[in-house]
Amino acid sequence: MDTEQPGVAEKAERFRALALEQLPRLYAVARRFAGDDAEDVVQDSLLKAYRGFDGLDHPAAASAWLTSIVVNTCRDRARARARRPEEISLDDVDEFSLFRKVADEDPFPYSDSLHLDFLQQFGAEDVRSVLAGLPDLYRVPLLLVHVDGYHAKEVAFFLDVPLGTVLARLHRGRKLFERRLWDYAEEHGLLKEVARP
Amino acid sequence: MITCADAVRRLWEYLDGAVDESSRAAIDEHLSFCRRCCGELEFAQEMRAFLATHAAEELPDDVRARLLATLDELGTSA
Repeated sequence: MDTEQPGVAEKAERFRALALEQLPRLYAVARRFAGDDAEDVVQDSLLKAYRGFDGLDHPAAASAWLTSIVVNTCRDRARARARRPEEISLDDVDEFSLFRKVADEDPFPYSDSLHLDFLQQFGAEDVRSVLAGLPDLYRVPLLLVHVDGYHAKEVAFFLDVPLGTVLARLHRGRKLFERRLWDYAEEHGLLKEVARP
Repeated sequence: MITCADAVRRLWEYLDGAVDESSRAAIDEHLSFCRRCCGELEFAQEMRAFLATHAAEELPDDVRARLLATLDELGTSA
């Protein structure tokens, strides 16, 4: 039905104002879970949220409510694809320390800020590439907590797993990220001493 | 008394303020005498800033425009 009714327009306008403010955050979350499908996920989520908008009693809860809808939409899609979490051996990763590795290997012998110099070899594309190679199981909580600013408890709620599971995945995700940063630097020739001005 | 491995394992949570009081006190005590773990702590701070800077997701203008169009249609087609 194309005819606009009084009340419907007002509801749509209130929803629009509320959703507009949250779009960057919702898109970021969708990217974490759904990658290139993020736009479709947010679009589906907006339609679902609008249909349930009358049930939102407290506008202050809008951010958490909309985020939950996005996360559930992502999870529904993942289930539909029957994707299994990638299992990898983490025995040698748990105790890995990039701090110690950089100090021990000393790739820039003339540096007086060795660790910072190591990190500065990476551009945004390098980091995205390393992150893209991490299993979702570890990458998603890592980014939601340390980039998007969600608390581990919120992530546990989103993922429907115990807090302890999220904390363990965060730890392993950080270690795996460190390990893969080092491997990437070696493979892409980022460990060569650069001439200083 | 905690070991270096225990301290390092919890450094990011420590920086997030997400450890309980007794864990915080134990990590503080460990850091008070362990120079290597102080280096780990400093590096953990750099890594957090590095990750936040390099992995933030921006909403592209074209995606934003299409999502706005979806919102604009809600009142007329729902």
